[in-house]
Amino acid sequence: MADITDLGVAGLRDGFRSGAFSAREAAEAFSAKVSRAKALNAFLVETPDHALGQADAADRARAAGEEPKPLAGVPLGIKDLFATRGVATTAASHILEGFTPPYESTVTQNLWNAGAGMLGKLNMDQFAMGSSNETSYFGNVISPWRRKDGSNAPLAPGGSSGGSSAAVAARLCPGATGTDTGGSIRQPAAFTGISGIKPTYGRCSRWGTIAFASSLDQAGPMAQDVRDCAILLEAMAGFDPKDATSLQLDVPRWEANLSSDMKGKRVGVPVEYRVDNMPEEIEALWRKGVEWMRGAGAEIVEVSLPHTKYALPAYYIIAPAEASSNLARYDGVRYGLRDLPDGAGLQDMYAATRADGFGPEVKRRIMIGTYVLSAGFYDAYYTQAQKVRALIARDFEQAWEKCDVLLTPTAPSAAFALGEKSADPIAMYLNDVFTVPSSLVGLPAMSVPGGLDKQGLPLGLQIIGKALDEQSVLNAGLAIEERADFKARPEAWW
Amino acid sequence: MSVDEATVKRIAKLARIAISDEEAHHYTPELNNILGWIEQLGEVDTSGVEPMTAVIPNKLRLREDEVTDGGIRDQVLANAPQAEHGFFTVPKVIE
Repeated sequence: MADITDLGVAGLRDGFRSGAFSAREAAEAFSAKVSRAKALNAFLVETPDHALGQADAADRARAAGEEPKPLAGVPLGIKDLFATRGVATTAASHILEGFTPPYESTVTQNLWNAGAGMLGKLNMDQFAMGSSNETSYFGNVISPWRRKDGSNAPLAPGGSSGGSSAAVAARLCPGATGTDTGGSIRQPAAFTGISGIKPTYGRCSRWGTIAFASSLDQAGPMAQDVRDCAILLEAMAGFDPKDATSLQLDVPRWEANLSSDMKGKRVGVPVEYRVDNMPEEIEALWRKGVEWMRGAGAEIVEVSLPHTKYALPAYYIIAPAEASSNLARYDGVRYGLRDLPDGAGLQDMYAATRADGFGPEVKRRIMIGTYVLSAGFYDAYYTQAQKVRALIARDFEQAWEKCDVLLTPTAPSAAFALGEKSADPIAMYLNDVFTVPSSLVGLPAMSVPGGLDKQGLPLGLQIIGKALDEQSVLNAGLAIEERADFKARPEAWW
Repeated sequence: MSVDEATVKRIAKLARIAISDEEAHHYTPELNNILGWIEQLGEVDTSGVEPMTAVIPNKLRLREDEVTDGGIRDQVLANAPQAEHGFFTVPKVIE
């Protein structure tokens, strides 16, 4: 048989069910690959025992003639933002070093209930704040991809779910969890030639997921293709009474309803998503995407989202404001790091712990958030940003009168080299220009690979859908996937 | 609006993050750069627009007022940097 680790989620599930291999064989093969791929720095913790335990349970159930669980035989990577019982969880920050949750996040519990196992915890930007995985306290994740120019310059896997994207692209795991606050699933997926979907806000419980910006944070899957994303999302999503913003709705059968037939669907192309200095290759891929949609039977319409340019600045008020509040909990008292200088009082302990424990980007965002929420500035910044957010929502509402989904590039560039943008925060923020607007409005959106640039690096196309209409997003993604026929993979050097 | 070093120190104090004079000096232009960029929001006419508070209309649920959790003191304390006699321990706050 071909290498078992080439299989995706559906392939593993179906192969296990048909008896082509045991769940243990799959878990062992992936665990071995994880342990050999240290050069990528994608995993912070390896948990082969978890993967093998779940695999053995699946094998025993199959031997006993039981109906297999939806994800039996499938080992996954878990972003380190999800609390996992008994397994260190740090959000890639120094301030949470040594924290071992005594509880399990709802999303990961849902996955274990579905029969999946965990290969390990994946590196990420610290507290999910970053677009290149360079803000992790535990070092950069290196993308498995390299430019064709022979320079071997280490490239960013995207962020904040950079461990997830690198691990799936390098076939260390068939799928991984990600979280998306302003593009943290979609941009890394685009940079590494994989698929990833952020569902409608409220589909996946936020309980047990370390909070960054609560009105934006949403979990979602990252995997080799659209079908695998649909399978994983079905297992991750669902109502959870422990999350006040969890949607009390049944989980649709996204996989069973996949269809790449776009007849009768209208695909909107937003004119404002043409930004200055965007490489012609991305423009060209976007045009190709439009042709693929037309080829799948869709009608193409031009739409306008006039407030698009204000989405990023609004996001960089709202997300830091929420972060400054959420991250107030790291005080050196209840968990994680404590820095207690000699003779220090309680206030000094807080300040020293937080100065030592948070990385520069996290501090920057906490300070911005503290400032925009401070007395006298609240209305000018925060209230104004929330009003602009309402206008961005109105833009989308008006677009939905003309179309069913929107097609855009996922990011304004291919993967950049590590260090290339880290000196200029705003240059880094601009990477999320296409992903942030849908985040601000809680809409489902996904990235699928569309092709390679001249340097041989992947480029992604983004599909944005109406609230709760993940199906149309997945279906449009599938239509692109079938036509793009993206088969490129990074050559193993790690 | 722009911030000076004194303001940066005040923000850091509010955020309970210790910073040195040198760091305040370093942060000042950086924060001003970001604040200058986000200030473009001021040019948007938002008169008559209600600020958005929930992205998806979703009623807050109520449940019966009953105990659903508890009895896990040792788990709650398990990750504390310092815990004694079943309590979190901090430096003395009252002389």
